[in-house]
Amino acid sequence: MANLPENATLRRSLALGPAVLIVGAFMLVPVAIMGVYSFLEAKSFGGVTWSFSGDAYVQLFYERLLDDSLRLSSGYLIIIARSFFLALVATVSCLIVGFPVAWFIARRPLGQRNMWILLITIPFWTNQLVRTFAWIIILGRNGVIEAPFRWAGLLGEGETLGLMYSDFAIAVGLTYTFIPLMVLPIYASLEKLDFSLVEAGADLYSSRWETFSRIVIPLSKPGIVAGCLLVFIPSLGAFIQPDLLGGGKKLMLGTLVQFQFSTARNWPFGSAIAMILLAFVIAFLMLYARAARGAKAMEMRR
Amino acid sequence: MTAQDDIVPAAALPGTKVRRAFGEVPGLKTLAFCFLAFLYLPIGVLVAYSFNEGNIVMVWTGFSTDWYAQALADADIRKAAMNSLIVAVSATAISTTCATLAALALARGGAFRGKVALLGLISLPLMVPEIVTAVATLVFFSSIGLRLGLGNVIIAHTTFCIPFAFMPIRARLEGMDTTLEQASRDLYASDWETFRLVTLPLLMPGVLAGAMLAFVISMDDFIITLMVAGAGDTTLPVYIYSMIRQGITPEVNAVSSILLLFSIAMVTAYWFTTRQKPGRNIH
Amino acid sequence: MPRTPEAATVTPLHSDMPSRPGTGAAPAIVLEDVRKTYGRGASAVQALRGISFEIRDNEFFTLLGPSGCGKTTLLRALAGFEHATGGTIRLFGQNIMDVSAHRRPVNTVFQHYALFPHMTVAENVAYGLRRLRRPADEIAAAVAETLRLVKMETFADRRPTQLSGGQQQRVALARALAPHPKVLLLDEPLSALDLKLRQAMRQELKQIQAKTGITFIFVTHDQDEALSMSDRIAVMSDGLVQQVGTPTEIYERPANRFVAGFVGDANFIKAAIMSRANTEVTCKTIGGLELRADGKKARAGQRDVTLFLRPEKVRLGAPGQGSVDGVVATLQYLGNACLMEVDIGEATPLLVSERIADVDQPRRAAGDRVGVKLDPRSLQVLEE
Repeated sequence: MANLPENATLRRSLALGPAVLIVGAFMLVPVAIMGVYSFLEAKSFGGVTWSFSGDAYVQLFYERLLDDSLRLSSGYLIIIARSFFLALVATVSCLIVGFPVAWFIARRPLGQRNMWILLITIPFWTNQLVRTFAWIIILGRNGVIEAPFRWAGLLGEGETLGLMYSDFAIAVGLTYTFIPLMVLPIYASLEKLDFSLVEAGADLYSSRWETFSRIVIPLSKPGIVAGCLLVFIPSLGAFIQPDLLGGGKKLMLGTLVQFQFSTARNWPFGSAIAMILLAFVIAFLMLYARAARGAKAMEMRR
Repeated sequence: MTAQDDIVPAAALPGTKVRRAFGEVPGLKTLAFCFLAFLYLPIGVLVAYSFNEGNIVMVWTGFSTDWYAQALADADIRKAAMNSLIVAVSATAISTTCATLAALALARGGAFRGKVALLGLISLPLMVPEIVTAVATLVFFSSIGLRLGLGNVIIAHTTFCIPFAFMPIRARLEGMDTTLEQASRDLYASDWETFRLVTLPLLMPGVLAGAMLAFVISMDDFIITLMVAGAGDTTLPVYIYSMIRQGITPEVNAVSSILLLFSIAMVTAYWFTTRQKPGRNIH
Repeated sequence: MPRTPEAATVTPLHSDMPSRPGTGAAPAIVLEDVRKTYGRGASAVQALRGISFEIRDNEFFTLLGPSGCGKTTLLRALAGFEHATGGTIRLFGQNIMDVSAHRRPVNTVFQHYALFPHMTVAENVAYGLRRLRRPADEIAAAVAETLRLVKMETFADRRPTQLSGGQQQRVALARALAPHPKVLLLDEPLSALDLKLRQAMRQELKQIQAKTGITFIFVTHDQDEALSMSDRIAVMSDGLVQQVGTPTEIYERPANRFVAGFVGDANFIKAAIMSRANTEVTCKTIGGLELRADGKKARAGQRDVTLFLRPEKVRLGAPGQGSVDGVVATLQYLGNACLMEVDIGEATPLLVSERIADVDQPRRAAGDRVGVKLDPRSLQVLEE
């Protein structure tokens, strides 16, 4: 309605109020307070003292020696690098498996398509912790994978393939958890793709590879980009997978944050890492928003 | 995944006949079924081992349902499951109500300044990584000294459930034909009657979808509860986590299986109830 | 729920007293300088730029115009979905500018029907009466009667999604008629139907209008629809009313070039007026042709006037038998008629439509020389 009665503004405010207040008070404010905490000094057993300090951020890059001098330290930078690396590995493997699967589903008859989507959605709605935990049984010592080796005598008592508690295990866990988030958006854009365009490409003498690279990929790009982002972002900040499958040795940003709050009890440092993680995520979301705007503008020009 | 090679087959030589239909790539079907296996194998393994008789998970000694009996009899597990349900039901009720009101205001309230900002704020919990939400909430509760026990957990869950409830409701509203509401007003219905008799009944599938999403998300949450919940306010996922930490036993598998099957049953039931309704109306 | 006092002042208009057919004296709707502007400042769009006319009670009135001419905006302003930014709208003498949609005794048949999908046909039809708090037995009777009127009585318990487009159309009509509104607004209700159904519905709508005695205001961009159903038509363009008149007046005496061109095919010939006698003028075209035409307001010596002529008003004969000779340039055979462009030495060839009614009628072919007969009574000087 172009013109609403006068009390519409009031009514709208009342309707928006609860949601906005809850998210504002229990999400926005906490993140802001955490931002403030990241610039305070740590108390030895959790909590903070109210004096300004940039130590938390310095600590990321430098180690404070006994004589109070700083030495460049790579420990935390390695954790950041590992987070990016594993998130990237998970994204790429999700894409490599997810795209052909999405293509396959998009080419099924309608009834079958819905069934496939249901089958892919179901595990996604089941408990993440439990699904990750299942991988311990598969990858672990004496697990499902090691069992046949042991049975065949290729693996002796006390020997292990060492699949668990490794970057590999974390990557598998991330891929497994987030792959539906890759398949669904790609499927959505492939389903919309008019298949006669592919045939038109073939009709106009393009080879299968050319048809794929010049028609299918560009037209499904929004889905691919969305899928990659939906996998990459939660992987970057993942906690359950590195915690259960990395075994506390292979830390990622998520586990490092949790460790600072629960075990190390250095709240300012934990807050600082959380803020850095948040900054990365926001940066990626902004890049995505820009790309999406660009794509929209291109569509308009067409 | 060698099957990946198949989707980019070598270019057909000029003049060679294309024998396969376009889009039909050999090996894709195999890949798709392998993918399904990959999705369900861990779940299957977990459930299978929950029936293992012995107390070491990975050494199969025989079939037994004892671990289920033990899990169901365990007072701590029952308390955790109860907590999970209380939190999920409360968070779902509050977040769905707030989300419905907000979606109505945003979709039917006309244009106003700050609309985009408010939309961004409501979807904020979707963008912030869970671990960040978890520690931020912890810091917040401790800094203001809020100690409501399970109440703290409900507040945290309500907050991150709001955007999940909001999305399907808003989508439904945007897809709804506004001329239906105009038709209602044209036929002498007041704004309230129009809302009660036309908007709300038509919005209901969206509200249900939103509530369902919120419920599942709340039941699924582990990290935020882990950081926020006090000792007595453990939910089932957090309890399972502490069990895993102490050592993996078939009992953990049994509890986990119950939780898994519960979610699967809910999602499947929801899927089929929402699928069939439009179908029935067509003929 | 208590009705507010404002409602009470409007509700009497709903009284089921039979309307007074043919009492042209009492206008159902009076529009005075109705304006609607969207947006503000430089980006403002004027959808209605001062609309004034009257719609009589018990009239089948059509708003005709191309898309974007403002006809739908005007209809929505009458229904109360849009608030006009200026002017007044009177409904049976009462200013309804500040009466909101749900208090106006006006009902709408929507373009895409807008039937409530979660209610049965009967519930849809009963909706308005229930909101007016009518007694249950009265509602049941009215629903049955209205469904009978639109021949949908056997579908009462179906859902709208189980009906065909034509059936949904009938239900939408029944739903809007059931509360016996003073005025029924129809927003291109036939546009979604296929051609055969559309033509059948025209007759039926007209009959229903006659039977119920309700004033119908019908919006369309289809001139055939407008001409075949309406008592009177308002032709709109660019937010303004170009002409209000009966179908005959609109088609045969168009007020201006827009109306002439929008309603039916037309020939326009530029000419200068040489002399005048009574209502007949003698003019000279650019091609040097001297023609007699009908022109009440034309003045002798006027240059650059436009002569207007319907293609079917031109008669063809043997060469030398008409006002001028011409050559058939192009020809389209349409079965019941032949559409030709005849070159008579003017800037544009003359569009001629010749009915094929007679077996002995000579068959035309491109290149034929013909005599073109122009009746001075069908050749009109257009104002502006």
